[in-house]
Amino acid sequence: MKENNLEKANEMKPEAHAHAPLQNIAIWLKKNLFSSPTNTMLSIVVISLFFMALGPMINWLLIDSVWQGSAQDCREATGACLVFIREKYQFILFGFYPREELWRPILSITLFVAFLWWSKEPKRWSRRLLWRWIKLLLLITLLMKGGILGLVHVPVDKWGGLPLTLLLSFFGLLFSYPLGIILALARTGKLPLIRILSVTYIELIRGVPMISLLFMASVMFPLFMPDGVSFPKLLRAQVAIIMFMSAYMAEVVRGGLMAIDQGQYEAADALGLNYWQKQIKIILPQALKIVIPPTVNTSIGMFKDTSLVVIIALSDLLMTTKTALKDANWLGFSMEAYLFTALIYFIFCFSMSRYSNRLEEEFSYGVNK
Amino acid sequence: MSFWYDPRKRGIFFQLLIFIGVAILAGGLIYNTQHNLQSQNIATGFGFLSQEAGFEISETMMEYWSDDSYLQALKVGFLNTLKVGVIGNFLAIILGVIVGILRLSPNWPVAKLCKGYVEVIRNIPLLLQLLFWYSLFTEILPSVKEALSPIPGVFLTQRGFFYPSLVDHTIWPWVKGALLCGLILFFIIASVLKKKEERQGRKIKHWPYAMGLVIGLPALIWIIGGAPFQWDTPELTGFNFSGGSGISPEFAALLVGLVLYTAAFNAEIVRAGILSVDKGQWEAAESLGLNKFQVLRFIILPQSLRVVIPPMTSQILNLIKNSSLAVGIGYPDYVAVANTTMNQTGQAIEGVLLIMAVYLFFSLFSSLFMNLYHKRIQLQTRS
Repeated sequence: MKENNLEKANEMKPEAHAHAPLQNIAIWLKKNLFSSPTNTMLSIVVISLFFMALGPMINWLLIDSVWQGSAQDCREATGACLVFIREKYQFILFGFYPREELWRPILSITLFVAFLWWSKEPKRWSRRLLWRWIKLLLLITLLMKGGILGLVHVPVDKWGGLPLTLLLSFFGLLFSYPLGIILALARTGKLPLIRILSVTYIELIRGVPMISLLFMASVMFPLFMPDGVSFPKLLRAQVAIIMFMSAYMAEVVRGGLMAIDQGQYEAADALGLNYWQKQIKIILPQALKIVIPPTVNTSIGMFKDTSLVVIIALSDLLMTTKTALKDANWLGFSMEAYLFTALIYFIFCFSMSRYSNRLEEEFSYGVNK
Repeated sequence: MSFWYDPRKRGIFFQLLIFIGVAILAGGLIYNTQHNLQSQNIATGFGFLSQEAGFEISETMMEYWSDDSYLQALKVGFLNTLKVGVIGNFLAIILGVIVGILRLSPNWPVAKLCKGYVEVIRNIPLLLQLLFWYSLFTEILPSVKEALSPIPGVFLTQRGFFYPSLVDHTIWPWVKGALLCGLILFFIIASVLKKKEERQGRKIKHWPYAMGLVIGLPALIWIIGGAPFQWDTPELTGFNFSGGSGISPEFAALLVGLVLYTAAFNAEIVRAGILSVDKGQWEAAESLGLNKFQVLRFIILPQSLRVVIPPMTSQILNLIKNSSLAVGIGYPDYVAVANTTMNQTGQAIEGVLLIMAVYLFFSLFSSLFMNLYHKRIQLQTRS
């Protein structure tokens, strides 16, 4: 791949005639750290700055930190208050879900992550996988909600923390992906009226911040509904997220549609396929495959953006963190709490972006670039 | 039967069908909304904008009192958004370009450090980062009484950062004017010099002009005005600092958060832009005897701009849109003011429309501007 030319040039090529390992390290160091006086100076400055910053951080997190005791012990210490995390991690992760029923969200998340892991191989992607996902999501919803099979009923407004964040982003993805495809088809299609509708929608949504849509969901949607019909805030926020996400998905899909050779359309027409046959059997499979990496990137963005529901006070992962910080007995440990939550978000987003990189490499195989 | 087999007629039919569907949906929503508004006795229209706002705004760039109108309050919020947007984008682009270039540095520690920064920042939600910076600035920094003073006259406290400012003098506006004139003149002269350079094929030194116009001219005015030089240092009086200038922790957190976040994305764009330039360009430039910096400055970066500008435009807009998260940490930006307005007046629809209108204005305006710029730097090819 061309993109990595420079990086590859920077890395040392493993020599065929093997040096002793120590010699290899020396060559590597010479090449990457000390190739010129300027580089040597830069390396020394950066490395020493790094260790100067690392030292206090390790002190704060590991050496001076408080692992056991009370809030008072924490305030007297200079390091991180890990007691706070131990005290609050259940609340941050699962919100107001009943303590004795916690195995349910834990099992749900485990199932979710395990199945996500299982379906990451492109060779397993099929229509059946989609059905399995829908079944799994229903199962998780039932498990979380309860009310049957002797499970205690837990109303939706008690859900919180990580399960809520995952549900918001995953249902968001599930609905906005097909919507995005339809919008993209409408935008690239030949019917002018439909194209105008689609362009207006996409540009309108992409032009405004997501917060304005969430405000819309929390204050305007109730006014749209006929008398006596009302939806919980969570569902309204979910609709806003889907509306927002589908405009961005549409642009990603459109990129794929634009990259398809005109000859593919003509060939499909020549075979006598109608519009939907042409799109479903010929165009979309190719277009969607091209844009898998940007689709994953958009999904990461959306996963991060679900944290904005904090502004309309839904108890997602970030909101439970903020709520945990308001506990009068444990005031003033925001660093610990935010870093803990940041770590959770980071694990999810980072693994997704690694995955996106891997897919990009896999799919670019054999493509001339 | 023939109707269905004529794609043109079929197209018109489907369009009408969908259009009618959308119209019915929209009509239903409007009907419901009107009905609900009537039954809840909420007035519609933007008449409320002239009512008295009645709330304070903690930082303003123009005169504002709580008995001013909502319109006035929204203007204050708009200016605050603009302030964060302009300063933030300026810093985020500079930092982004630096990090983007350094990520490709042959120096391993530098490249890895930049990569680590980009990876960490990009994979954590912005709102969380803003809350982090805000609590860092308001909880970890010492109280006003025990203010941290890294440089004499500069104080870092929970209530914000305070630094000395120059005491008012009649000459300062003139000096500022001279600085502005100097800058404009310099840009005009620079473009003339550039044409001359291209004509003569030799390098002409720019810096004497820069020094003369940008530093010399204001300095001259300053000396003519009697060279006043008096600092107004912030001092602790009672519970807070007075004198000097200050930055609120809200603004600082928002700016730091937005700049670090957006710069990480900008860095990736710059990196991709540099990598998009053919390797042969590096080799050709180096064989002409240009040094690394010259290669980047004169050969690579100008060519990468074509790849960089479109995604960079959307990042500039993203920063402006993301500045709406200010509402989460209490900086009075446009959305925060509009939100307060909505809560006080109950004019939800108008409030949301006002928010959307302003951001749409930003996005249309900047994409227009960027399109013009993009056209100017488009590759000139033989046709």
